[in-house]
Amino acid sequence: MNERNIIEVVNLTKKYGELVAVNNVSFEVKEGEIFGLLGPNGAGKTTLISMLCTILRPTSGTARVNGFDIVKEEDKVRKSIGIVFQDSSLDNRLTGMENIELHASLYGVPKNERKKRIKEVLELVGLEDKANILVRNYSGGMKRRLEIARALIHYPKVLFLDEPTIGLDPQTRVNIWEYIVKLAKRENITIFLTTHYMEEADFLCNRVAIIDEGKIIAIDSPENLKRKIGGDALIIEAGEKEKIKQVVSKLSFVKRVSEVDGKIYVNIENSEENLPSVFEALRNNNIKIKSISVRKPSLNDVFIHYTGKEIRDEIENGKKIPKHMVRRL
Amino acid sequence: MSEIEAIYAIWKREIIRFWRDKLRLLGSFVQPLLFLIVFGAGFSFVKFGQLNYQQFIFPGIVSMSLVGISIASGVSVIWDKEFGVFKEILVAPISRLSIFLGKALGGATTALIQGLIILSLAFLINVNLNVYSFVVSIFIMLITAFAFSSLGLLIASLVDTFEGFGVIQSFIVFPIIFLSGAIYPLSNAPEWLKIVSLFDPLTYSVEAMRAVIINYSYISIQTSILVILLFSLFASLTGAYLFGRKR
Repeated sequence: MNERNIIEVVNLTKKYGELVAVNNVSFEVKEGEIFGLLGPNGAGKTTLISMLCTILRPTSGTARVNGFDIVKEEDKVRKSIGIVFQDSSLDNRLTGMENIELHASLYGVPKNERKKRIKEVLELVGLEDKANILVRNYSGGMKRRLEIARALIHYPKVLFLDEPTIGLDPQTRVNIWEYIVKLAKRENITIFLTTHYMEEADFLCNRVAIIDEGKIIAIDSPENLKRKIGGDALIIEAGEKEKIKQVVSKLSFVKRVSEVDGKIYVNIENSEENLPSVFEALRNNNIKIKSISVRKPSLNDVFIHYTGKEIRDEIENGKKIPKHMVRRL
Repeated sequence: MSEIEAIYAIWKREIIRFWRDKLRLLGSFVQPLLFLIVFGAGFSFVKFGQLNYQQFIFPGIVSMSLVGISIASGVSVIWDKEFGVFKEILVAPISRLSIFLGKALGGATTALIQGLIILSLAFLINVNLNVYSFVVSIFIMLITAFAFSSLGLLIASLVDTFEGFGVIQSFIVFPIIFLSGAIYPLSNAPEWLKIVSLFDPLTYSVEAMRAVIINYSYISIQTSILVILLFSLFASLTGAYLFGRKR
């Protein structure tokens, strides 16, 4: 991996009136990495990616993509990037091929290279046999793959994927992941994606930035993020919560105790060896518990660690209706 | 160079989509044919020199047929907004003016195709077209179609929904048609109507078509063509400016 920064974000802010969608964000993305922006719906992911793609203008601060300023050198940025939007942006009444040809013309891909390149990208996403079918007859997964192929036509340096697997079934999701990993290798490209699926960030990304309420609260490789919060998570359901918290926090191997959604989260090192000691301590204090489970740390635990809430909370509480649920399919 | 290719690509998309949906051609003939045949027959007692009423309104009907179709082509932008295609096109490294021109020329071309079919009905009602009047008619039809397609796109860039577009569309199409003198001679109209009609861009298209096809007009053809061109320029520049403004 190269050490050059292909994206540099400096104090980027976007306000809508009183609402601060992206709040003074700064970070870098290295050339060649798969970088993920992980956060709940409404955290500012799409706003941030839209500014980097020159779709939205920042309120203040700036960013450079491939060395070009996103405000002053808009066209150069646009030529350097490929974008797959959260919502489908294909023309359903054209064939896959016609959609891709339109894109190639808009991005000025030289005519003599075009055919070869179109064949290459269609093959990359496994759609070479389906290119002459109207897009309205494509499945959700095929549409996504076509959009990814289309975004690659003009040899972008950075590929932006906004929620690349939203609204897809689990099997198709894994299928899209495989294509993303494959193209990252084959195309030698930097990938910047947003997601609210922790497994997605975990599986795909070299580095992850966790974003909540417009602010980046942690940024590192998934492994380091998980290591930093300290070991495995014990999730205890019981009546006497305060007492349990007191008891377990005295144990030497317990790193952190917190309460989320009425459950107690205990971060401990080496859960395999230390779990019996936890039971013992609870029994010695006559505490009854309803259930206990052990979880290897996930990025969700990282999110809980930094924000005190779960990523999926935001969706279920309906703070914001996810866009994919209201869009027309 | 790449801008011209982009305009061409956007134009081509409109044509492909139009071609796949040829049936909509039929709908656009109903209104002009009703005017020409039913209205024409009903008023057959009206004479303009050697011209009967059908022959008199024919050039205006051709112009008029372009208005509805051209303005309606703006709905393609609403469609694009709804299905996300608009975002994909707006984020391409090309100017908004090129996007606008591609769209406007696409809308104008489809309107022109439909207008040409109406124009070809000339022989049915004994209106003679020679090479000169045919070529100049097509030119006037082209700039008319372009002007009203630009107007349609301008409206589409101001509203985000099909319903919103429909409301504005129905609000302006009929006044544009009725005030233009397409179905009556403005030369005998009361003074207030003459004045109001001068603010209707279609008036100039109708006048120019009449001048060319039946040699009957009250505004000179040069003035008419100039006004249509100026209106096109205004509508397309304003439209391109409003097109996909950033928030």
